Amino acid sequence: MKNSIQIIFVTLLTLNLSCAQQTENEVNNIDNPPFTAELIIDELQIPWGFTFLPDGSMLITEKAGKLIHFQDGQKIEVGNAPVVYNRGQGGLLDVVLHPDYANNGWIYISYASEDGDDKGGNTAIIRAKLNNNSLTDTQLLYKATPNTTKGQHFGSRIVFDDNGYLFFSIGERGDRDVNPQDITRDGGKIYRLNADGSIPLDNPFVNTEGAKTAIYSYGHRNPQGLAKNPMTGKIWDNEHGPQGGDEINIIEKGKNYGWPVITYGINYSGTPITDKTEMEGMEQPVHYWVPSIAPSGMAFVTSDKYPEWKGNLLVGSLKFQYLERLELKGNKVVYREKLMPDLGRVRDVRQAPDGFIYVAVEGKGIYKLVPKK
Amino acid sequence: MKLLLITYILSISLLALFLFQDKELEESIQRGGDIYSDFCINCHMANGEGVEKTFPPLAKSDFLMNKREESIRGIKYGQQGPILVNGLTYDNIMPPMGLEDGEIADVMNYILNSWGNKSDSMVTEEEVSMNVHK
Repeated sequence: MKNSIQIIFVTLLTLNLSCAQQTENEVNNIDNPPFTAELIIDELQIPWGFTFLPDGSMLITEKAGKLIHFQDGQKIEVGNAPVVYNRGQGGLLDVVLHPDYANNGWIYISYASEDGDDKGGNTAIIRAKLNNNSLTDTQLLYKATPNTTKGQHFGSRIVFDDNGYLFFSIGERGDRDVNPQDITRDGGKIYRLNADGSIPLDNPFVNTEGAKTAIYSYGHRNPQGLAKNPMTGKIWDNEHGPQGGDEINIIEKGKNYGWPVITYGINYSGTPITDKTEMEGMEQPVHYWVPSIAPSGMAFVTSDKYPEWKGNLLVGSLKFQYLERLELKGNKVVYREKLMPDLGRVRDVRQAPDGFIYVAVEGKGIYKLVPKK
Repeated sequence: MKLLLITYILSISLLALFLFQDKELEESIQRGGDIYSDFCINCHMANGEGVEKTFPPLAKSDFLMNKREESIRGIKYGQQGPILVNGLTYDNIMPPMGLEDGEIADVMNYILNSWGNKSDSMVTEEEVSMNVHK
């Protein structure tokens, strides 16, 4: 009898908890957004990533392989860009400046590369400098192995933290039962390097036999959003789960985020992957999306241009084609809102140094969100 | 007697040819299924149903079944701009997936013969390689 009371209590508690997640998972529509979306760069096919140079011009990656310098209203193709493996989800991916770019000129790029002996490709990270619209001084900082012809899950986003460490993500390359839980293999990981590509001495697995020592956290599926939380300095990611299992995670040193041992999602075919959503020694997401929105790009709003949004998180949705605004209370998502509905697949979102928010939409281009007065 | 023998040999060889082609198509469909779950399933979904008004269906799709050349071209070079599928307009972008011609033939055979779709005429690597960008 005592037991059954406990069981009923636990069941009710579980029900309550699942209800709580349900409400969070409702996305709210609004009639009158506090901004107009101005298309400032048109005719882009898949603008995968973009960043702002100190002179106000922009660098944009086109997935198919073009690196574009957008200056004075002109699109200039940057020479000597890396040769990409343009297959499936692979191609030219993220572009980010070193925090001290003004002094050192380093630009960091992630892309799918065919480097190596085996057929196929895997994610690589380079840094280079921009001179006369050409990349120079190119250095390969990381290349994941082995190559594979699978079209899935290259990642990849790049971000720097407050201590100048370089973080980047690589997805599990469509090999979920082999890569994400094995720290001797690439894929399904968040990595941390020094800005010059060397391995920080206090990386979590530097003393683990056979481990890839660049690994910072593991058990990821396909992170395509990576951002520094300006309030805490921590790195946050968003990642594509299977159906119903997209997640936001706070990236902690050496931690295991569980894929594919635990997940809130199911296979595309509707069959289960695992019956477990949590396990000792594996991290829980800050938030998970049901249904999956296919998140890409991630930015925290810090500027004064959108006073109502300060501290909010913005995430692109590829699947439902909108920009999502998430209000946070500490590390919890308390409100979700749909912005820019039906414009197209939202691939990336950034806050520029001028404080405005820019959004990259596939098949369209790059929009600037101009607040209504 | 001679006529009977010739007829017999002829029908056996025809049957063999027929069965052989059938087997070839079957193998291509099988390879195409793997390609499908790697490159296509995210948007066109497990049963080819797509997402209404966003990603067009492949199951019982009039576009796919009637516009074979355009469908191959779409996979090979990407698809952008409005298309009409089962009476609904889809105006979206599908990037080229970087598949080899043989892989495109395989995935075409898979989607042409799944979820109630049926096409006896097999797509070959040659047919894909002759398909040019317009």
